[in-house]
Amino acid sequence: MEKHDNSEIVVDVKELYVSYRTFKGYVKVLNGVNLQVRKGEKISIVGETGCGKTTTVNAIAQILPRNAKIDGGEIFFNGKDEFKMSSKEIKNLRSRGISVIFQDPIASLNPVFTIGTQMREVIRYSGIEGAFNKEVQQEKAINALKETSLPDPERILESYPFQLSGGMRQRICIAMALATPRDLVIADEPTTNLDVTIQDQVLKTLKKRVEDKGSALILITHSLGVAREVADRIYVMYAGNMVETASSKELFREALHPYTQGLMSCIPKLSGGGIAEGIPGHIPNYLDPPKGCRFAPRCKKALDICHTKKPPMFEPIKEHYVACFLYN
Amino acid sequence: MQEEILKVTGLKKYFPVGGKENKNKFVKAIDGIDFSLRRGETLGLVGESGSGKSTTAYTVIGMYSVTEGSITFKGKDISMVTSKRPLSLKKEIQMVFQDPGTSLNPQRTVYKILELPLKIHKICPPDEYPYEIARLMRMVELPLEYMHKYPGSLGGGEKQMVAIARALATRPSIIVLDEPTSALDVSVQAKIINMLLRLQKEMNLSYLFITHDLSLMRNVAHRVAIMYLGKIAEIAPTESFFRNPQHPYTQMLLSSIPVVSEEEEKYKPKRIHSQGEIPSPVNVPKGCSFNTRCPFVMEICKEVDPQMLEIKEGHSVRCHLHSK
Repeated sequence: MEKHDNSEIVVDVKELYVSYRTFKGYVKVLNGVNLQVRKGEKISIVGETGCGKTTTVNAIAQILPRNAKIDGGEIFFNGKDEFKMSSKEIKNLRSRGISVIFQDPIASLNPVFTIGTQMREVIRYSGIEGAFNKEVQQEKAINALKETSLPDPERILESYPFQLSGGMRQRICIAMALATPRDLVIADEPTTNLDVTIQDQVLKTLKKRVEDKGSALILITHSLGVAREVADRIYVMYAGNMVETASSKELFREALHPYTQGLMSCIPKLSGGGIAEGIPGHIPNYLDPPKGCRFAPRCKKALDICHTKKPPMFEPIKEHYVACFLYN
Repeated sequence: MQEEILKVTGLKKYFPVGGKENKNKFVKAIDGIDFSLRRGETLGLVGESGSGKSTTAYTVIGMYSVTEGSITFKGKDISMVTSKRPLSLKKEIQMVFQDPGTSLNPQRTVYKILELPLKIHKICPPDEYPYEIARLMRMVELPLEYMHKYPGSLGGGEKQMVAIARALATRPSIIVLDEPTSALDVSVQAKIINMLLRLQKEMNLSYLFITHDLSLMRNVAHRVAIMYLGKIAEIAPTESFFRNPQHPYTQMLLSSIPVVSEEEEKYKPKRIHSQGEIPSPVNVPKGCSFNTRCPFVMEICKEVDPQMLEIKEGHSVRCHLHSK
């Protein structure tokens, strides 16, 4: 799809199909996802509830639940095929390659251990120089907290998660994710539970830390505004497909896919002017998804071909890809 | 200008803190607020979590008793809890909750859910229930075949529509909306908001609209009040509020909103950045409660709590920067 030097691509997802086994049958969630993240790049996956954002990144981090089934496709991490990795390589992938920041810091921090214990554990398993030395661990942990602009790191290391506020907990998760060098950081809706002023602070911290460390970032969010603040490039996802991808500047200059256009018009604007009617219909039933383009049943501009054939990615504007037959 | 139908003056709601050593400690969830609501108007109540906006809503509909102050509805005092409120007043103020998943009974069909308020308030004779329920469902644009479905088989947006239909069943004059769309996706939110605006026009309803989303507020409210630690920091007509925000907290909130266009960026105050977090309402800072986060803090702010001051018609702000 994109022509770039292969050596600088950190994650390359090719035509990934994932389904979940349920008592009603297989729920076909991912429908041929393509995604590339280059070294040091900040990308964002935007989409509504149930579109498969989390499934995509869980597949990349190899933390899919047991009832998930990979029906096809490949994921390359630093050029290595993830589905052919040995269990030891997968362990290394999780402890050194990728770190994940989850939506709910209360659930991702263990309530019965202090922050310090949990941070030192992350550092111990990272395999950096002196990882098993207690003093090195402590020093690294304190540094990580300081760099995330958390006040009084020594006290925080001795606290339990419930003693800290929501914003602080999420910043600790960021500190933990970036305490040791990583090639890729995945942030799964890191600010959804936070207030807008705290969200602003956490996003700024996240962006700065990722830039300092030179890690690549995949930020999952349902808010186009959040994606615009952080990401260099945005992927818009709908019902298990990437429908549009472009640099964030380009995407906000001109959205091409009817779904992206609909989404943009629904967002309440600070400058007023009312809200558009929304997008009619529902997200499709994944047990029996539409044959062609999955957005076709809701699309006002749908052509005949949309109902029978899945659209490939077109490039109507340079570096701006859209999966829609209108741009054929 | 239409008549004021709801008036809240000096409203206070304190919750006792548990434990022996905390006997005389209180969480001051609301600490003296005044506002009024006119017929056909939407008043937006904005604030971070812990600012007391939901407590205000619950006190207005009578779920909590009032510690101090008064609430009047069309001149009648209604500052008593729901159990003591006359039925005729209860039906005038209805509420829509944030999470339709938990506010609808999962064991009842949509029909049963909508039937209950009709029965209790004797809106129509029992043989007309099906027609009335069908009318309500058409009003919120729900397909009639949903009548015998259970909430569990409906989507989030549809559940919220049932909740709105239930609120409309008693033909109220005020609906309290407590974050009605914050659990929903933007495309569903757009649908619900447009429906609420249409219903308001058709039935001349007043909304007390609670949200933390300022950009949404810009598009639905006639007037906006911003709350911080149980007090109103600024209250103004929407246009004036967004064009000319006066309180440093308002400016901080506006500057933190992630927006999607350059045009919107112009509305964000540039010289202020968000810092700090909202303190616990048990230990409210002395003086102005915002002084721990305010970039323009002065000596007086740490000692004296500022008073509400009207700087323009309808635009009031509670800040020492304006009290000279």
